Amino acid sequence: MIGFAIRRLAALVLTLLAASIVVFLALELLPGDAAQLLLGTEVRPDTLAALRSQLGLDRPAPVRYLEWIGGLAVGDLGISQVYRVPIWEMVRDRLAVSLPLAVLAFVLSTLIALPFGIAAAIRRGRVTDVLVMGFAQIGLAIPNFWFGILLILLFAVQLGWVGAGGFPGWQDGLRPGLQALILPALALALSEAAILSRMVRASMLETLGEDYVRTARAKGLSTRRIVVGHALGNAMIPIATLMGLQFAFLVAGAVIVENVFYLPGLGRLLLQAIFERDLILVRDLVLLLSGFVVLLSFLVDIAYGVIDPRLRRSGG
Amino acid sequence: MKKMFGACLIGAALGLTALSGAAHAKTGATLAITLEPPHLDPTAGAPAAIDEIVYANVFEGLTRIDSQGLVKPGLAERWVIENDGLTYRFILREGVTFHDGATLEASDVKFSFERAVAEASENAQKGLFSAIDSVEAPDDRTVILKLNRKEGLLLWNLGWGDAVIVDPASAETNKTNPVGTGPFKFEDWARGDSIKLVRNPGYWGKASSLERVTFKVIDDAAAQVAALLAGDVDAIPNIGAPETVAQFEADPRFAVLKGTTEGETILSMNHRRPLLQDVRVRKAIQHAIDRKAIVDGAMFGFGTPIGSHFAPHSPAYTDLTGVTPYDPAKAKALLQEAGVAEGTKLVLKLPPPTYARRGGEIVAAQLAEVGFEVEQIPVDWGQWVSEVFKGEHDFDLTIVSHTEPLDIGIYARDEYYFGYENPAFKELMAKIDGVSDPAQRNTLYKEAQRILADDAVNGFLFQLAKVAVIRKELKGLWTNAPIQANDLTAARWE
Repeated sequence: MIGFAIRRLAALVLTLLAASIVVFLALELLPGDAAQLLLGTEVRPDTLAALRSQLGLDRPAPVRYLEWIGGLAVGDLGISQVYRVPIWEMVRDRLAVSLPLAVLAFVLSTLIALPFGIAAAIRRGRVTDVLVMGFAQIGLAIPNFWFGILLILLFAVQLGWVGAGGFPGWQDGLRPGLQALILPALALALSEAAILSRMVRASMLETLGEDYVRTARAKGLSTRRIVVGHALGNAMIPIATLMGLQFAFLVAGAVIVENVFYLPGLGRLLLQAIFERDLILVRDLVLLLSGFVVLLSFLVDIAYGVIDPRLRRSGG
Repeated sequence: MKKMFGACLIGAALGLTALSGAAHAKTGATLAITLEPPHLDPTAGAPAAIDEIVYANVFEGLTRIDSQGLVKPGLAERWVIENDGLTYRFILREGVTFHDGATLEASDVKFSFERAVAEASENAQKGLFSAIDSVEAPDDRTVILKLNRKEGLLLWNLGWGDAVIVDPASAETNKTNPVGTGPFKFEDWARGDSIKLVRNPGYWGKASSLERVTFKVIDDAAAQVAALLAGDVDAIPNIGAPETVAQFEADPRFAVLKGTTEGETILSMNHRRPLLQDVRVRKAIQHAIDRKAIVDGAMFGFGTPIGSHFAPHSPAYTDLTGVTPYDPAKAKALLQEAGVAEGTKLVLKLPPPTYARRGGEIVAAQLAEVGFEVEQIPVDWGQWVSEVFKGEHDFDLTIVSHTEPLDIGIYARDEYYFGYENPAFKELMAKIDGVSDPAQRNTLYKEAQRILADDAVNGFLFQLAKVAVIRKELKGLWTNAPIQANDLTAARWE
């Protein structure tokens, strides 16, 4: 198990190093720079040159790459070129929105998908199955931002229960924060739940067709004991993979829903940083997010090892 | 919660779509802004988003530009112009303090202006100060500006956000903690979410009746509308979804203010391209364009067609839309005369704003009518600046709104992005610089507009409108935008 974890960890570091080179080079090709955008079209050339030099934009690319990586290695994310504040502060503030939002959406999605998927698998071809599959179809077909707008129109504009968006922060306790996140979490959870419940159903159906399940049935075990005691664990492997991917997506990819609910999350920060050519910020964010995704898949791999002992021996 | 639920049901049943605005003794106001500023120092950067928050609210200059675009006294109570327009003597108001308690003195003005043009300065508009030779502060309340040439626009220039007066003690930290002299003090900035200002009780002028002002960053136009409907914000000073205005006009809870801006929205042509050097081709392009169709189609009717590069609300404006009116037949004839083949390709680069992306679709269709094949390329501002505005000037056409006030002078610049070179026009602009008599200036400006229209330098489309949607009880916001600002000095609930 330890050897397995070390191998995965080494792969993780290499992946991040490769990602850092790719993101650095890709951003080098992007036309325009932060100094020009900050100073606009009427600025004098010497003023522009001074700011570029102050931001370090005039130094050669390899130097900037090494400075960046060197800083990261000692935990220094650098200073935003546009906002002039430490990047870790910005990331910390945005994570306070993005992480709880992702967790909330993830929990909602799982709470919907697991029972739905299992019920549909057990009652395959019956009304429950048709209803669940119908829900999954609709959930997949509705874009999450549009569902978000519908939620706003109903709960914020018509009923006035919650605000239309924004985030008040956590300093006044859990309630205002959760109130601000519940609609966006629902908007995000719908399509994730739809995808997940289909996966749960398919995976359960496959497991329920296995010989050992037939044996268990033959021994006269109840459906509940078969599902919980025998089938679910084996069905969980593909489900856990998907859930890992989904959680990564919810943290990094919620940008459209963040826009609809004007939440100060990571996705919106990344988008803004790209438009403003705040390259250090973009690089840090992309690397942090890819690090997060890689770490998550590492954890999923470890989880496989726990779920399925055979993987530990074969080395995954 | 149950009680609330019931109340809401009843409300819904009665057809009241929102309860939040029903009864308020409101003391604060929340405004939706589209772009978050990078920082809050108006003397160190070009983004309009900075001025939209701090201009006149947090920072003030010697003069100020009012809602009608007129120059009014600001921190200078009065001034005298001496020495044939080469010396300006300003007398500062008494009892003005910065938000950190420091008293405003003439030396602060000297500091601010010298800082603005210093080598290390990040001021994006150093040109505003180019006529100033020296700044003197003979006593605490007197500032003397000595000019190296006559500058008819000096008082106007000093009213810009780039020329506000800062305190030497806080100048370096204004980006994150702005300290000015205005009616509101900076309180808090939750990045990505909102910026809060709070009333300055020690303001030299009439204190604001608003205790607090919050600017909420909402980039999505539909989300702004939802936030206003839900009562989360009280005003959208510059609505990005003109298609929703009719809905607000029909709603008694809201007032719609339709005003003008300094934004001449033009179809810029690259004069470096041989094809577009030919005035017949440029005229053909202008003739092919139906300005009204663009205003209606792209802006839902908001915007005034223009025939040259000047704002229609200006006293110096002259309507030249008749010089090259919409006339596809004439456009085709001109193209034939110039020997332009059917199917000639043009590259149209479109920056992100609605006016460009939606306007571009219509312009492309209209140019196709007269035989051009237009390739539309959407770009973001970073690309636009580096590909179109600077560098190789790699474009044939682009649509952009020139939002600087009174910026017809760009046509006299050497090597400007559209590459128009006309010595006669440059001469005329130099002449205007030396004239301070308004009537005489206006006559010369009209002459300048005429030259641009006759030369069909660019496709002149329309003047960008400012459309604000505001809760009906919130008064005192600007209708027009002679500069890009949300001056809340006079904002109040009624």
